[in-house]
Amino acid sequence: MSLDTATVRRVAALARIRLEEEAEVMRLQAELNGILGWIEQLQSVDTEGVEPMAGGAPGGGASARMPMREEDVVTDGGIREQILANAPDREGDFFAVPKVVE
Amino acid sequence: MHPTDFTLAGALAALEEGAISAVELTRAHLDAIEALNPRLNAFITVTAEQAMAAARESDARRARGEARPLEGIPLAVKDLFCTAGVRTTAASRILGNFVPPYESTVTAQLLRDGAVFLGKANLDEFAMGSSNLTSAFGPVENPWSRRDDPETKLVPGGSSGGSAAAVAARMALGATGTDTGGSIRQPAAFCGVVGIKPTYGRCSRFGIVAFASSLDQAGPFARTVEDCAILLRSMSGHDPKDSTSANVPVPDFAAACKRSVKGLRIGVPKEYRLDGMPAEIEALWRQGLDWLHAEGAETVEISLPHTKYALPTYYIVAPAEASSNLARYDGVRYGLRVEEKGDDLRTMYERTRAAGFGAEVKRRIMIGTYVLSAGYYEAYYLKAQKVRALIARDFDQAWEKVDAIVTPATPSAAFAMGEKTDDPVTMYLNDVFTVTANLAGLPGLAVPAGLDAQGLPLGLQVIGRAFDEETVFAVGAAIERAADFKALPRVRAGA
Repeated sequence: MSLDTATVRRVAALARIRLEEEAEVMRLQAELNGILGWIEQLQSVDTEGVEPMAGGAPGGGASARMPMREEDVVTDGGIREQILANAPDREGDFFAVPKVVE
Repeated sequence: MHPTDFTLAGALAALEEGAISAVELTRAHLDAIEALNPRLNAFITVTAEQAMAAARESDARRARGEARPLEGIPLAVKDLFCTAGVRTTAASRILGNFVPPYESTVTAQLLRDGAVFLGKANLDEFAMGSSNLTSAFGPVENPWSRRDDPETKLVPGGSSGGSAAAVAARMALGATGTDTGGSIRQPAAFCGVVGIKPTYGRCSRFGIVAFASSLDQAGPFARTVEDCAILLRSMSGHDPKDSTSANVPVPDFAAACKRSVKGLRIGVPKEYRLDGMPAEIEALWRQGLDWLHAEGAETVEISLPHTKYALPTYYIVAPAEASSNLARYDGVRYGLRVEEKGDDLRTMYERTRAAGFGAEVKRRIMIGTYVLSAGYYEAYYLKAQKVRALIARDFDQAWEKVDAIVTPATPSAAFAMGEKTDDPVTMYLNDVFTVTANLAGLPGLAVPAGLDAQGLPLGLQVIGRAFDEETVFAVGAAIERAADFKALPRVRAGA
């Protein structure tokens, strides 16, 4: 499996990363193909009947040591100014973004 | 004795006896930072005024008889932990001026216990790297250098390179780090200090800038095993703000350092004997096992058959989780925004992320996006999760035969800046011995055990059962006693 430049561009678009120059596309194509070629070896492992390990807890996923449910109550809030303090752009109590709707 | 030469435990005793004050101890470390940081670049941000204020408060508390477990101990904090009111960068341009309005749970617990924060330690951008070369704030220099070639600058390892270098050069008594594939243990080994990645769930991840959530764990660096144990106790514990933090009691890890290893069964995984591994590392490994044998432990050859698939598995799982976690950096709520007049929202996102992320972070986001994309999810991501389960199962089967596993910490000593950087995969191989513990969620400790022919430190790794850091500390402390590692880096405070 080898990525062509169109796929590299498509993946960059999905990841919302602008690729300006053709040279960067070519470089990424070579690097990504190097990495993907290397991880290809996993296909040779027999995983028939193996349950995927989704979480990081020893033994996989959530464990008995982790509470599965918590009471659904408000524990935080009322900190609008703190939340907006790092905004690159704001208007009043809102985050400001470029015009989305014409 | 120079105040920066104390161990953490020794400093606590000296503070208690009144042989030194927290102000004197903090001042000495800030002086060391001022003298050495322009060269080593171990800190991104130094919080000298806050540190001195905290030290004065600490002396007052001790005078009132209200000393806490880490009262007056100066520490470095990896700049991946959010610190309230102090810029937190993750060594990325995209977070450049981010000032968190809240404190991470781990750092809050260290403050609760009386620690004094000196500043924020440098790291690989978003903790992605094994050299500290990917930091947007410049590389960190390893305080150690080669005997025959002292001019060549070596990397401190990564991603927690600034933390490890700061502790090694005596700019801090200890430091926090995080470890997703080896980011505590590899830099600890490269810098000749001790570091432990505890069991997944032992420390809260709340307020730590997320890289790969199912692998990330916080842990301490210090110059002795006991000092790491003292720090880990303060850092650990259940936190309702992290649903993966484990609700288990936190033992007295320092007490475990004094336990005998007599009768323990130490596993030696045959798959960790790599072709082309330096003879010095092979010899050190054998030496470590001999030391434990002399203390009454039994060594047992074991097999962890899926070891060779651990790194490729990691390089699917970690980038996949990273691509999802790093989607939040969009130039809207915090951090960098890059836009040009007339840009629509999407173009603003794309410009911001292109300018804000470095090359390694972009590579990993791209890999992650690809392996999660329609048509490839099963072939890559789901397959990797299944192999991860097999790697974890290998360990489960090993624990039927052994109580701890001892391996080399890294496949080489610290390398020079500029070596190994051309090919990403070559760089990834640094974590070959450490990444398995992250995938299986197990605790792993790196302890300095000897020097290579060039006088550079080499470390051994101790891996333990889930939530059995106590045995890991006992074995690590036994190796430390036998190794009697006294060598010092050329660049250090008081030198």
